[in-house]
Amino acid sequence: MDPGDNGILPACRQAGATLRMTIQEDIAKPLDAEPMLVNLGPSHPAMHGTLRVVLELEGETILNAIPEIGYLHRCFEKESEVKNYTQVIPYTDRLNYLSPLMNNVGYCMAVEKMWPLEIPERVQWIRMLICELSRIMDHMVCIGTNAVDIGALTNFWYLFNPREKLTDWVEALCGARLTTTYTRIGGLMRDMPPNSKSFLRECLRDTLKAVKDTTGLLQKNRIFMDRTQGVGAISAEDAISYGFTGPCLRACGVDYDIRKAHPYYFYDDLDWDVPLGRCGDSYDRVLVRFEEMIQSCRMVEQILEKMPEGPIMTDHRDVALPAKHEVYGSIEGIIQQFKIIMHGIKPPAGEIYSYTEAANGELGFYIVSDGSDKPYRIKVRPPCFAIYQAYPELMKGELIADAVAILGGLNIVAGELDR
Amino acid sequence: MDYAVAALKTFLIFFVVINIVPLLIWLERKGSAYIQDRRGPNRAAILGVRLGGMIHSLNDVVKLLFKEDIIPSHVNKPLFIIAPMIAMFVATIALGVIPFGDPVVLGSHKPFLLQVADLDVGLLYVFAVSSLGVYGVMLAGWAANNKYSLLGGLRSAAQMVSYEVAMGLSVVGIFLMSGSLRLSDIVNQQGANLFHWNIFLQPVAFFIFLAALFAETNRLPFDLPEGESELVAGFHVEYSSMKFALFFMAEYAHIIVGSCIITTLFFGGWNIPFVSADWIKANADFVLKLLWVSLGLFSVVGGGLLCRRFKKQRYGDLRDFEPLVFGVPGVLTGFGLLGLFALFGAGLILPAWGVSIMIAALQIGVFLAKVLFFCFFFIWVRWTLPRFRYDQLMKLGWQIMLPLALVNILVTGWVVLVR
Repeated sequence: MDPGDNGILPACRQAGATLRMTIQEDIAKPLDAEPMLVNLGPSHPAMHGTLRVVLELEGETILNAIPEIGYLHRCFEKESEVKNYTQVIPYTDRLNYLSPLMNNVGYCMAVEKMWPLEIPERVQWIRMLICELSRIMDHMVCIGTNAVDIGALTNFWYLFNPREKLTDWVEALCGARLTTTYTRIGGLMRDMPPNSKSFLRECLRDTLKAVKDTTGLLQKNRIFMDRTQGVGAISAEDAISYGFTGPCLRACGVDYDIRKAHPYYFYDDLDWDVPLGRCGDSYDRVLVRFEEMIQSCRMVEQILEKMPEGPIMTDHRDVALPAKHEVYGSIEGIIQQFKIIMHGIKPPAGEIYSYTEAANGELGFYIVSDGSDKPYRIKVRPPCFAIYQAYPELMKGELIADAVAILGGLNIVAGELDR
Repeated sequence: MDYAVAALKTFLIFFVVINIVPLLIWLERKGSAYIQDRRGPNRAAILGVRLGGMIHSLNDVVKLLFKEDIIPSHVNKPLFIIAPMIAMFVATIALGVIPFGDPVVLGSHKPFLLQVADLDVGLLYVFAVSSLGVYGVMLAGWAANNKYSLLGGLRSAAQMVSYEVAMGLSVVGIFLMSGSLRLSDIVNQQGANLFHWNIFLQPVAFFIFLAALFAETNRLPFDLPEGESELVAGFHVEYSSMKFALFFMAEYAHIIVGSCIITTLFFGGWNIPFVSADWIKANADFVLKLLWVSLGLFSVVGGGLLCRRFKKQRYGDLRDFEPLVFGVPGVLTGFGLLGLFALFGAGLILPAWGVSIMIAALQIGVFLAKVLFFCFFFIWVRWTLPRFRYDQLMKLGWQIMLPLALVNILVTGWVVLVR
């Protein structure tokens, strides 16, 4: 085959001709070179999930970046409009698939706010517990994969071994490791497994050990610091105007955590701190996540202490199925069971925006109800969506290697971004 | 006759390298697994014998040999085919000048060199050949006509050229001290005294050389040409089947060659620490007896430990007998050795040629042990450190390592002059 076919030689010849011309004319004018377009993704080892970015490169420097989203679009919002409120819960597992339990909680909390529905205390405590455990699990994946993108592979396993153990607990909790569907409107699917307290304390010990190991490997590591400090930095003002929330915002030094600012459930009763960064770069994001894991461990410890006994489902007649002895023993019971099963749960007409602090930031559900058993409209406000729009700006002028390091630090989850 | 011996030696060395490669791959997998809290490969087996996962390498060979060898239509075919060959060829020929031991003197014969060629420009030859290695990577990157591989090729060209400079300058101090480029002279000059080895006399040179060697072998933290998370697989992104395997093997062959060079230059080559060849010659009988008994004891203890692991019904199949495959022969060999020693050991007197051969065998053994340690060091580092970024790599090479190497030359020259 003629080497000229492959398009590089003509470019070289062209460049050579230009160079000769330049030398002849003795003008110090730069070479004629065109930027190279490179597809980063949708199928690329560092593009977690299926993100696609078209990069305009000069050498390895990124001149321009155009992200394209939607490769993992599964019509979550539209699909929800033809499912009843309970049937939407399994879909929420697939939003942020690193911490599905949190999405379950966020959604159910939004629907419950429509009445508003009183839910039993134990349910609230358990929901807080699974939220904090999910936060730990989410941050483990985020830091692990971020380190893998930077080339430090071992951290991934150090973080994943304790995560596996937590996943085992989740499996014991609801029968699934990822597609949890654990919450129900007005309560939970079932109570925690009996030996949870001792097992979770063991998990926390492992988690803290993993955090210690990985911070030991990364925090003072010259290469890691060079790779992440000052990379993908964003100022607090910019972060706020882009709509950053969660660890990425707190890495810029903004003290905003929904659990503190607008506490829900019993977050007020717990003793914990909001870790803050200073520079808003990838390094701070990683460290903020590490610190959040430690704080979450503290919270889990306290939650396990304070959790009361009690029912795990509300007794609200519109929502909760009656007890089986009532169904078989009384006419009211059987009618109520029939109503809920056949006609579904019908929240009052109206609209609600409910938000929780998910692992990546504010996870909001905007639900419009027309009084029927199906939501009229559901809109999700995923934290990634707001963060991802800053991504092209963050990587402009940086190198390809930085683009990958930044993406890992932002923790973009395609499932949540594209829905 | 000389030519035949040289050809035989060439073949032998090539054979040894080719066979250490799968061993290293096994070491890498198993080593990384234990570093990362995993078990590593342990499934592939022949008749239930798994050799601790070593059979996987055999599997890989078979798999790679039978995979479809894809040559994409857009590549520059001749260069595409020749690039992996260059890579593998260059990686192995540098071994030609490495001395594996002192020349063996048998009676009145000419000394038999334990190296293929004792060039008086030995080290220059090594540098000349190893810098050719860049052609394999660069041509692969260019000929594949893929943007990612082109970037990988570019990176490797820049990286290898920059680090070649620091690497070459770092060993100038050694020339100054030994007064020769001949590798056997450098080894002899270091002698058997551990504290006269160049690692203690030239520590700065050692660290520069080590870092540059990592860059030359394209291993983490300098694996930018491959940059798995950034450039997918870098220069070999379009390669498949045995062509890919050649690159893969070339990387490990590079590690072996690099370890050989480090051992030769800085760790006394084939010298046994604190035990000189003359001393062994004087106490040949004692050394032989010591070796004999310790080998026997080692076999008995090692075999015995393996046999102890034998438990029926552990797996319920052939794998149960796995420890016995090596344990029983080990114990038997050990007892055989000890028994023979008891029978004939007392009246043992080695002839002169026997002493020479024993010394040579000891030296080769020590040399290989040092080489394997450095091979493991390469693996160890790979699974611990993150990857550099392109500009940081350049900065380290030109702004830190190069001046350091120059200062090292100055200081060494001054010391040599004064002394």
